[in-house]
Amino acid sequence: MNPLAVFDIFLLEALLSGVLLGGVLALLSLGLNLVFGVIDVVWICYAELIMLGMYGMYYLYTVYHAPIWVAAVACIVSVGILGVLLHVLVIAPLLGAAPINQLLATGGVLFFLQSAATVLFGIEFKNLGLRLPVLKVGGMFVSYSRLLAFAAALIGMVLVYLWLTRTYTGTAIRAIHPFVGLSFGPITFLICVLGSLGNFVGGFVAAFVFAEIISVGGLYLDLEWGYVFAFAFFIVMMFIRPQGLMARRS
Amino acid sequence: MRRAHPWIGGAALVALPFVYRSPYPLHILVIILIWSFAYTSWSVMGRFGLVSLGHGGFMGIGAYVTALAWNYGHVSPWLGVPLALVAGMVLAAVVAYPCFRFRITGHYFALVTLALSGIVLQVITATRDYTGGSLGYTPERYHGGSSLWALQFSEKTTWYLIALAVWAGGLYVWYRVDRSMLRYALEAISEDEDAAAATGIHVTAEKLKITVLSAGMTALAGALYCQYQMFISPDTVSGISVSLQMVFAVVVGGIYVSLGPTIGAVITILLAEVLRISFGTRAVGWDNLVYGVLLVLFIVFLPKGIVGSLLDLRRRVGWSSS
Repeated sequence: MNPLAVFDIFLLEALLSGVLLGGVLALLSLGLNLVFGVIDVVWICYAELIMLGMYGMYYLYTVYHAPIWVAAVACIVSVGILGVLLHVLVIAPLLGAAPINQLLATGGVLFFLQSAATVLFGIEFKNLGLRLPVLKVGGMFVSYSRLLAFAAALIGMVLVYLWLTRTYTGTAIRAIHPFVGLSFGPITFLICVLGSLGNFVGGFVAAFVFAEIISVGGLYLDLEWGYVFAFAFFIVMMFIRPQGLMARRS
Repeated sequence: MRRAHPWIGGAALVALPFVYRSPYPLHILVIILIWSFAYTSWSVMGRFGLVSLGHGGFMGIGAYVTALAWNYGHVSPWLGVPLALVAGMVLAAVVAYPCFRFRITGHYFALVTLALSGIVLQVITATRDYTGGSLGYTPERYHGGSSLWALQFSEKTTWYLIALAVWAGGLYVWYRVDRSMLRYALEAISEDEDAAAATGIHVTAEKLKITVLSAGMTALAGALYCQYQMFISPDTVSGISVSLQMVFAVVVGGIYVSLGPTIGAVITILLAEVLRISFGTRAVGWDNLVYGVLLVLFIVFLPKGIVGSLLDLRRRVGWSSS
């Protein structure tokens, strides 16, 4: 007998996949939060950099057969360099300008990177071809890759928390598409704001809350409704607690 | 100059389709006029530092309410379009009022409205049993697609004149706002809300007025787009990318001048068309690539946009034709 059968197995699976999605989102919003927290600049194109990292992984690992660790390190380093370039070329001239100009300029970079990816890499999904097993726990299916991302997020958070490095690449995500940036971008952004800018723990909590809403909402209705609830939750939270989830009331 | 030029230009634009009636350029002109109107609607509030990324949502509401009312309720667009306008304005008021009440400004306001256009897009996609989801939606044709009752016209010239009238109306609204007390109140608010409130300006009410006006105009643009194209899909009339597209075109054209959004629309749409024609299907992505570069260059070097910078230049050089 399945010991978990007393609970609704689908709900449990949705909850669990929410936790794992939360891990991915937390990892994504971690770096963004860092940019926010340290230089107070709104990088709307942040998710596109991650997307480039993913493409880098795909080409190095699947097409050029580089060892996976070499590919991962090379991607993290080159995305880091891209970030520096972006800062010097686009952000630095605008540091004194209105925040909204920085947002729009990085928005321009977003359009640029996204369409560059469409032009260069095409619009088909690329697959890393990493055959990671799907775990079966008590009748529930758990994607190993998300588990990895979850672990990476935890480790990444601890590392950043200890002020060691910035973690950019969500290497454990196996499929990549030019619109990955667009689908994750706004959400990571909202998560950072929801969890108070520059507050890593807040961002982490917000990522999980968001992911649970998307995942559980998507279970009962369509996935789209999950997003609707998540966005609506964001709007309402902005009204109730504009300083973010974890902010102390002043 | 303020007196004569608009009338001469307007007369030339009205006369154009009677002299030159090649369908493709006329189609491009109609599209440019509709988007110019949408961009103008955005800049009516955007110029006061109220950067909304929710306008894609209002435009989507305008398009889908009109089309759904026609297909399901057999409501003529003569009633459906006002209905869509009201829906867009109500949505704007419902979201904007708490925003202004709780002092959500700057990029926080941009993010709340961004979430709003995300919601509209996802709701349209999720209710695919009624709206066709991401496959798009077509209002039913009535009398072979040419009927005043259904606001469907097969003649491109008719559409050109309608779009021209609406666009001119948009510019008129822009001009009226520019000349109103509302403008001074909103400029004071965008400088410093507390100081503005201290001088007796009702901050929330003034911001709400301009937001509802702008949202209503944008919903009208959506309805017009729907009636002209006879096909709408969530990605072309709603969502975050449409909102960004509006902001970008306005920034390129010039946010603080009446014709800025129009010039922005002309540039971005012509650019997309030229790239589409010269590269064909290989152009997928190229237009946005060029947009992106342009946008960054504009914000770094010409933050006032093309028209704004030209006006500045003229002022500096010292020619004044008025």
